[in-house]
Amino acid sequence: MTRLSNAFAKIHPALVAFITAGDGDTASNLDALVAGGADVIELGMPFTDPMADGPAIQAANIRSLGNGTTTADVLAIATAFRERHPDVPLVLMGYANPMIRRGPEWFADACEKAGVDGVICVDLAPEEDEDLGPALRLKGIAPIRLSTPTTDEKRLPTVLDGSAGFLYYVSVAGITGKQAAAIESIEANVSRIKSHTDLPVAVGFGVREPEQAEAIAKVADGVVVGSAFIDLVEKHGDDAPQHLRELTSRLAEAVHNAR
Amino acid sequence: MTENAPNSFRNQPDDRGHFGQFGGRYVAETLMPLILDLEKEYRKAQADESFKAEFDDLLEHYVGRPSPLYFAPRLTEELGGAQIWFKRDELNHTGAHKINNCIGQILLAMRMGKTRIIAETGAGQHGVATATVCARFGLPCVVYMGAEDVRRQSPNVFRMKLLGAEIVPVTAGRGTLKDAMNEALRDWVANVHDTFYIIGTAAGPHPYPELVRDFQSVIGKEARAQMLDRTGKLPDLAVACIGGGSNAIGLFHPFLDDPEVKLLGVEAAGKGLDGDEHAASLAGGFPGVLHGNKTYLLQDEDGQITEGHSISAGLDYPGIGPEHAWLKETGRVEYTSSTDEEALEAFQLLCRTEGIIPALEPSHAIAAVAKRAPQMDKDQAILMNLCGRGDKDIFTVAEALGVEI
Repeated sequence: MTRLSNAFAKIHPALVAFITAGDGDTASNLDALVAGGADVIELGMPFTDPMADGPAIQAANIRSLGNGTTTADVLAIATAFRERHPDVPLVLMGYANPMIRRGPEWFADACEKAGVDGVICVDLAPEEDEDLGPALRLKGIAPIRLSTPTTDEKRLPTVLDGSAGFLYYVSVAGITGKQAAAIESIEANVSRIKSHTDLPVAVGFGVREPEQAEAIAKVADGVVVGSAFIDLVEKHGDDAPQHLRELTSRLAEAVHNAR
Repeated sequence: MTENAPNSFRNQPDDRGHFGQFGGRYVAETLMPLILDLEKEYRKAQADESFKAEFDDLLEHYVGRPSPLYFAPRLTEELGGAQIWFKRDELNHTGAHKINNCIGQILLAMRMGKTRIIAETGAGQHGVATATVCARFGLPCVVYMGAEDVRRQSPNVFRMKLLGAEIVPVTAGRGTLKDAMNEALRDWVANVHDTFYIIGTAAGPHPYPELVRDFQSVIGKEARAQMLDRTGKLPDLAVACIGGGSNAIGLFHPFLDDPEVKLLGVEAAGKGLDGDEHAASLAGGFPGVLHGNKTYLLQDEDGQITEGHSISAGLDYPGIGPEHAWLKETGRVEYTSSTDEEALEAFQLLCRTEGIIPALEPSHAIAAVAKRAPQMDKDQAILMNLCGRGDKDIFTVAEALGVEI
């Protein structure tokens, strides 16, 4: 968790980079994201039914599961990442069922041993927090929640209560990788959220280009990019690392120098 | 029944939508405000006499309710035990129980000012029922259906098109019913402002399992009164098939606090429970989270959802409504299963003895009835919900029997 707060305490906004575990050579791909300047790594846990994801990340989930990726494999990827990169924050992102299959305590314990700093569980509403939240908090792992354009003023405190690490603002009402939101709407929503919390706010969904990332970084603490990386993994296979590193560098430069 | 059985089995879910440890609201944050709104609006509708009046009126004059209660003399004689009574929900408009729920949900959608309807469908029965109510109320309708099902169920696809619905073949994932539901949820997330999702079974995030149950409970309420009227007593056993479980919960719920009535839910055992090719979530699954609720799911040790199989597309879903999961754990309802082969035999048995061609879904329940009836006394009564008619299944049955038509 300290790694996460350090990442957001830097003088510049943070680039948060997502790829799906088990899709391609994940270790090399993660190293490329770090080398390119990503400040926080989100590692997707593949699931058969990724309801909130668009075509790119759905396909990455299917490819990963097709490769035989297990929960043990995802945790091994995280463990090895932590050994190679002791200071880079690592967040697992996925859906509730694979996370709670063996019980929340088992998962929280496994995350702690793997050096995971936070967990984003897309379909675990704050109302169902007890299924995972208490176990994570006990191990010092941040339950990172999502806020969306439909999360109104009245509901925001419910979302923030028990959130840690950072708040992930989903900029569009929709699925990952599709359209991007207007910057005016993002700015208004981020400042609304910030009036309720001291947590850093990272903005994602539909962010692909350095220009977009830069505009968002002017008004938020972090920018999340996922589908654009996933597309490179799909397109380039074993040659993906050099392309990931190149895109990450451009995005990081844009985000880090935005303000 | 467990020792600390609750005082009533009919007061679930709790205010957070939980049936014991099951149910709940497991959805992406974008949908949460809408789900909470839906619950609020449903509570208002429940308290509104005019909502109930409109629902009842449509069920009577548009759907054709009450559906008859029919004593099956030749089947009873052939099985040689308990008297067999059928609740004839297959005589409803559109040929199945699905329409009861669609009427209720579209009335809710209009109360909420929603102007666009989406639905998922497997074999197409829920899709047809949804397209029907959308035509009736003049709302645009988009139905998500697995690409493979679109190919196999072309008559229902054409029906939906005639009714004005747009059919979206789903190729994401493996292109099955659960993938169609995923795709419908993705549509909903992107169109929450104007779109209402008519879920076809008593599953999904709270309040869907509750409201689908309430709309389908018309089956059990009618049947309970009809049995009392015709036989002077309640049935000894009530039986229904279960995919997601909406017809079963609709039949069972009004009987839950009648301890003398045994309840039997029948899952699809496909090619047998010992292999992977079945759709019996309770018998072969484990508790988990999918499509907005916690319930029994067919899944592997890592929590990845596995594909169900049944000869009946309507039972071919890897989950089950959360209230059934709770009723199983409390012991109030007994759950069993019938294989593809048993269902096919039962299908033919009903055709031959009663002149009724049942859908393959209730054929699973008929197979269970055929096993139970001979073990019961002749003065006992079995009530079974005949939840759908079999016109849609004749091609599947012909193929399974090796007949070319």
